[in-house]
Amino acid sequence: MNIVVCMKETPSTTAEKSFTADMRLERRKEDAIPNPFDEYAIEEGLRQQEKNPGSTVTMLCMGPATATDTIRKALAMGGDRGVLVTDPALAGSDAISTARVLAAALTKIGYDLVIFGNAAADAYGGVVPSAVAEFLGKPLLSYASQLGIAGDKATIQRQAEIGYNVVEAPLPALVSVVKSINEPRYPSMKGIMASKKKPLDTFSLADLGLDAATVGGAAAREKALGAEKVSTQRKGEIYVGNDGAADRVVAFLVEQKVL
Amino acid sequence: MDFSLSAEQQMIRNLCREFAEEEIKPRAEEMDRTGAFPYEIIKQMADLGLLGLPFPEEYGGAGADFLSYCLALEEIGRGDASVGITMEAHTSLGATPFYLYGTTEQKERYLAPLAQGKQLWSFGLTEPGAGSDSGGTETRAELRDGVWHVNGAKNFITNAGTDMTGGVTITAVTGVRDDGRKEITNIIIPKDTPGYIIGNPYHKMGWRASDTRPLSFEDCQVPEENVLGAQGTGFHQFMHILTLGRIAIAALSVGLAQACYDESLKYARERQQFNRPIATFQAIQFKLADMAMEIELARLMYYKAAWHHMQGEPFTKEASMAKLYASETAKRAADQAVQIHGGYGFMDEYPVSRYWRNVKAHEIGEGTSEVQRQIIAKHL
Ligand SMILES: Cc1cc2nc3c(=O)[nH]c(=O)nc-3n(C[C@H](O)[C@H](O)[C@H](O)COP(=O)(O)OP(=O)(O)OC[C@H]3O[C@@H](n4cnc5c(N)ncnc54)[C@H](O)[C@@H]3O)c2cc1C
Repeated sequence: MNIVVCMKETPSTTAEKSFTADMRLERRKEDAIPNPFDEYAIEEGLRQQEKNPGSTVTMLCMGPATATDTIRKALAMGGDRGVLVTDPALAGSDAISTARVLAAALTKIGYDLVIFGNAAADAYGGVVPSAVAEFLGKPLLSYASQLGIAGDKATIQRQAEIGYNVVEAPLPALVSVVKSINEPRYPSMKGIMASKKKPLDTFSLADLGLDAATVGGAAAREKALGAEKVSTQRKGEIYVGNDGAADRVVAFLVEQKVL
Repeated sequence: MDFSLSAEQQMIRNLCREFAEEEIKPRAEEMDRTGAFPYEIIKQMADLGLLGLPFPEEYGGAGADFLSYCLALEEIGRGDASVGITMEAHTSLGATPFYLYGTTEQKERYLAPLAQGKQLWSFGLTEPGAGSDSGGTETRAELRDGVWHVNGAKNFITNAGTDMTGGVTITAVTGVRDDGRKEITNIIIPKDTPGYIIGNPYHKMGWRASDTRPLSFEDCQVPEENVLGAQGTGFHQFMHILTLGRIAIAALSVGLAQACYDESLKYARERQQFNRPIATFQAIQFKLADMAMEIELARLMYYKAAWHHMQGEPFTKEASMAKLYASETAKRAADQAVQIHGGYGFMDEYPVSRYWRNVKAHEIGEGTSEVQRQIIAKHL
């Protein structure tokens, strides 16, 4: 089985964020990590490879030229090869552009099973998996908390309000996974040392036969207008002295339905 | 000159930082309190390949370079010194001698399970009468009919008696050299050898979850082939092993110093006195500035010593400078960390009191500060 994991490079969650004048996130190489949500996709790809002997895992990333390091971080966890799609014209891509490019790359490299995280920790759009499925005309099993492959069929569990839904699709299929699906492994030391020897191909837009006018900032239909820091200031209420303080605390707890 | 780390070195450092933060640090207080050897953590580290970092893949090691190993030690030591010294003593003192001086057969038999983290190994040099004067060994090994008969005692031996320990490599007197001095040879002694007696663990003020024991040998017999390298090369071997080990102890010390700094900075920003965080007082700021500066310098020095070694250049003086400066930096950092915490720093609830107790061993093990100064002086 040909497994492809789509993984994005995002700034580490603790990194200071800043924006360019046209509201693009400034990406610093030293802050770059694999999107934390994609770690579950990577782990699931590796587990499916272990369960389905003879399978290969390819890490596919669209990103800046320096994202090779981020792909190697994923390859340190395991997998066989990496593919980076990078092109100056891709800067400023919105979710649809990204999906168009990933779909073209997937078509070029071939796939039976494509696994995504359910969103990226930077933009948090969460629409790329479905858009890729649309471009490819293939089924998407979204928000999987469990994935099984039997013969030519993929089956997932998706958490519902009560219980869970079981959804299946014929391969080739796309799957997006949620955090509860697994516990991502640490890369091993041998994995880290082996990662630099694994093949890593780089494709440009021309390699994928895509027209620069259909992707990147040029084609973006989504526009970021502003960004603001989330205020984490909590507002606490302080009651001083004994006078009625206990009653007010009890009233508060009742109001919050704690009591 | 290029100060940047390679992609692999950064990945190894970052992974160890994450592992120490998530898996080691939360258990450090308990390890210190109970003194129980951290089998579970060591097993996890073995699975990640952390117990065989600098050894070739053909023996099951990770094939990383020496600096990567030191970077890993710094991060693991930042999480906990007991776990750090367990990893260091196993790798630098236990496994490295097999890698450097073992025959192919010995490497397959002894190095492979160590590099894969299936076993720990210890190195027995120190004796009740031979500490800094490590050539003063009194343990004797006599070769009779193809069998070494070992008699004597060792003390303060790290990793000597865990359930995972495979054995010990000891220095023993095997004759008299032409110049009249003791001929010293390194002998491999597997754990289950009759006459090899492993004593009870010491009660220690720091590094409490690491395994440290006295050993004794009563007509303990091992086959002739259990000699490491040629007979009479033991002194030269352990001098080199200790010199390399000093760079590793320097890295471990930087990790401990960094932990002191991390806790101090956090606490100084949180602790309010006179209606403001104590971090706003210049007296506290200067302590933090000194700590940050010295840690950076100590780190650079162990990087440099490791670099000389990796270039195949002499590094004895640099290794001593790195070890001495880093361990004393860690001592000052631990001392100031407790000071910045005030009375809370004296209490067990805060990790800095543990750091303060742990740091002392860094100035003693693998050559005391006095010995490091002698070595540096000798190279001037
Ligand atoms: C926790 C722990 C773990 C250890 N693990 C191991 C291990 O795995 N394997 C192993 O072989 N050893 C191990 N050691 C032993 C360690 O290497 C020795 O303790 C150290 O070398 C000092 O020897 P000593 O304790 O006999 O002190 P001594 O040599 O008696 O030193 C006492 C004091 O005298 C000073 N001194 C001695 N000689 C001189 C001199 N010529 N000039 C100036 N000052 C001098 C010393 O610096 C020190 O201040 C360990 C020690 C500890 C504490």
